[in-house]
Amino acid sequence: MIGEWLDIGWLGEIPVRGSRTVPVDGGEEIAVFRTGDDQVFALVNRCPHKGGPLSQGIVHGHSVACPLHNWNIALATGQAQGDDKGCTPVIPVKVSGGRVLICRAGVLQAAA
Amino acid sequence: MNFQPGTIGEGAAAADPRPHLVVVGNGMAGCRAVEELLARDPHRYRVTIFGAESHVNYNRIMLSPVLAGEKTFDEIVINDAAWYRDNQIELVSSDPVIAINRAGRTVTSRSGRTLGYDKLLIATGSDPFIIPVPGKDLPGVISFRDMNDVDAMLAAAGKGGDAVVIGGGLLGLEAAHGLTLRGMKVTVLHLMPTLMERQLDEAAGWLLKSALEARGQTILTGADTAEILGTDAVEGVRLKDGSVIPASLVVMAVGIRPSTALAREAGLAVGRGIQVDDHMVTSDADVLAVGECVEHAGQVYGLVAPLWEMCRALADGLVEKHSGYTGSVTSTKLKVSGIDVFSAGDFSGGDGAEDIVLRDASRGVYKRVVVKDDRIVGAVLYGDTGDGGWYFDLLKRQEDVSQLRDMLIFGQAFAQGGGAADPKAAVAALSDDAEICGCNGVTKGQVVGCIEKGACSLDAVRAGCKASASCGSCTGLVENLLAVTLGDAVQAGPKTMCRCTSFGHDDIRREIVAQGMRSIPEVMQMLHWSTPDGCSSCRPALNYYLLCALPGDYVDDQQSRFVNERMHANIQKDGTYSVVPRMWGGLTNPTELRAIADVVEKFNAPMVKVTGGQRLDIFGIRKEDLPAVWADLNAAGMVSGHAYGKSLRTVKTCVGSEWCRFGTQDSTGLGVKLERGFWGSWMPHKFKMAVSGCPRNCAEATIKDFGVVCVDSGYELHVGGNGGIHVRATDLLVKVTTETEAMHYAAAFVQLYREEARYLERTAPWIERVGLQHIKDRVVEDVEGRDALAARFWHSQTFSQEDPWAERVAGAAREQHAHMAAFKPLAVEEMA
Repeated sequence: MIGEWLDIGWLGEIPVRGSRTVPVDGGEEIAVFRTGDDQVFALVNRCPHKGGPLSQGIVHGHSVACPLHNWNIALATGQAQGDDKGCTPVIPVKVSGGRVLICRAGVLQAAA
Repeated sequence: MNFQPGTIGEGAAAADPRPHLVVVGNGMAGCRAVEELLARDPHRYRVTIFGAESHVNYNRIMLSPVLAGEKTFDEIVINDAAWYRDNQIELVSSDPVIAINRAGRTVTSRSGRTLGYDKLLIATGSDPFIIPVPGKDLPGVISFRDMNDVDAMLAAAGKGGDAVVIGGGLLGLEAAHGLTLRGMKVTVLHLMPTLMERQLDEAAGWLLKSALEARGQTILTGADTAEILGTDAVEGVRLKDGSVIPASLVVMAVGIRPSTALAREAGLAVGRGIQVDDHMVTSDADVLAVGECVEHAGQVYGLVAPLWEMCRALADGLVEKHSGYTGSVTSTKLKVSGIDVFSAGDFSGGDGAEDIVLRDASRGVYKRVVVKDDRIVGAVLYGDTGDGGWYFDLLKRQEDVSQLRDMLIFGQAFAQGGGAADPKAAVAALSDDAEICGCNGVTKGQVVGCIEKGACSLDAVRAGCKASASCGSCTGLVENLLAVTLGDAVQAGPKTMCRCTSFGHDDIRREIVAQGMRSIPEVMQMLHWSTPDGCSSCRPALNYYLLCALPGDYVDDQQSRFVNERMHANIQKDGTYSVVPRMWGGLTNPTELRAIADVVEKFNAPMVKVTGGQRLDIFGIRKEDLPAVWADLNAAGMVSGHAYGKSLRTVKTCVGSEWCRFGTQDSTGLGVKLERGFWGSWMPHKFKMAVSGCPRNCAEATIKDFGVVCVDSGYELHVGGNGGIHVRATDLLVKVTTETEAMHYAAAFVQLYREEARYLERTAPWIERVGLQHIKDRVVEDVEGRDALAARFWHSQTFSQEDPWAERVAGAAREQHAHMAAFKPLAVEEMA
């Protein structure tokens, strides 16, 4: 039986204000972020600007600054902030009992 | 009050014809529900309450004051024996219900008593969560949940000694506080990076930690318990990092979970808690549930306020006045005496949420209100919680605060008081002898006097009368005074570091040193940052400034570094990395060349290129392969070239006197010495050096940050060159006669740059900003100053010359390279 939520590991495996990646076979890599206040977000690991790996950016508040050209992307919506325009697909993710769970349908849809 | 196990009111019930309400749980929720029911209709039900404890109904949230010795048990009793008797309630204590027979509508207690019910109310509350580590069952390991736990802690504290509290949440901190007051030496272990992370943001958590440490508690965050040590009783706790903390008492306060076993066995619908509808009815119409054991609309609650709301809805339902419970917004107030902390709602921000932050360092105050669509959605208050109730009220009523927005953070009195809705009008209304700057004792009259004498900017006021020149918390007031006094003639100050602060780089650096600040959260608090954790501009700068001010002492913050420095490689446009090993002074040998060639082949690097600084750059390495690449290069004796860092990059050389017909000195040798001496030092920006063996300048030393041109009579030292967008040739700093002198001046110059330039300011714009004369004054004219600068540089180097590649190869921060899991759409069960 394939569950709707996939367990990808302990929250503690993601550094605070950091992220970890989850590659998808035949699809786009996913970046799972943990913010300073211990919220977890997941985005496709690609900046809408020039495709920079958002997982490698500096996480501040609930945004991440792309490491290539410093675009700021809102973690909750994937929207570029300020004057920049663009959006990165968001994947539903949650924490339960200290485990990080990612939405299977979301992964397939976003990474397709 | 000592209450003996047994029953109250037994026997009076036998002939009672009323429907029988049986309550499982004699705690706060069960009894409150009965109270609410009695208030509506005191005669409708015959009531029996089962309790596992031997006590009458007491206020569980007051256990902390009992532990701390501030209250006695009698003082926390809510309903005494007379209440049960007067209301004809039968209390069965010390005899928990162990089974429910829904078909027969009976409950059975541990002692074998079976009672029929018409309505059953489950109020079993929650159980402490015990982390499953070895030693958890040893005598001396207790939870903090009921009066028996308090008695056990008091008995242990009577013997003194060391206590460890596992869990830095509300409950754990209360236990720690009580045990400290009882004379124990307490260490709090908390798994997360900051205390009370569910209720407080990082800034408030940091303030709380500082305050508790000042009270003598040891707080270890990021502390993961591996094992509780001891043979017959607790002797200590061992953490996963191997450290051991001795303890004769271990209190586990890591959390609670709804107590649902009884309901589950009875076949009721149970998720995280016993599932109930808006009238607190479970999946069985005759069984109700209330309190911490229930799950309503997907939520479970561990606080008291929601419980009262549930009890009202429940009692309404029992008397057929169905009102319905719609869920609760919760707030928390920390009860540890002397520390005022408040949190309510959702303070985690998120989409469209705006933070309003007030930090008053001198009073130890931190306030943060989160506003979304003109409504308050969350608040965190530390140090001054007087307005917590007001914010919470606005939050619950979802009131439009757009009219109050500018004043909101100053609290109810200010925002709603006396028509002073304009901060400028409020400042204008102050009397001349009102104090503006508490740090320096400057009055409004003095500030206005200073402005009238010609100070047209914040900086000029700071220089003129010292107002706002220390902690800066009065900066807003001074700015308003400038506006009121000068109108449009106010000059904008120097650019601030970023939008998170009103201070510029120089002010921040000065304050870090003057106030002895030691961490990024501390700087953000002391200097009134307006965002919870800064941004991608200020965090790397603060990290550098602290590193420069506290060599060997400051713990580097990886998450405040740009990706290149975090990954110790250069990110390229396709997301792969390039790697540059160090070649001292541009020299290499067959072993190194072979190692590089092998790496290129082994990892299929698509390109190798000689850089402008005479090094080899290997392109196209994947993030996950970096540690393996470094391991191979390290094995050949090569270390990181820091081609990615705000640090010393390369020392470019020519062949000099050893081979060249014109070379005057051993430029290659000096280049190697410089690189060996200066590598690894962090700088405000990238820093390049070069040594040319003669004035033909083949190493292009006059467009480097520090360049040496060898001449017959010695060494010309040049500074401030740049071959970038704005090409700038160096200025001649000084001419010296020996290599030793050249090294000494280089160290003094580099240290001056490290200490005075703004982050991301290269030497060329720095020198143009401060003037060459300033550099000469400090490095050439002032002999003692030069020696001191050089000494500080070499001291700093004793900590910085660790190869970051080798550290990473050895396993540090390995998770930065490895994927967390892999997703295979067709074989999901293989997920890591």
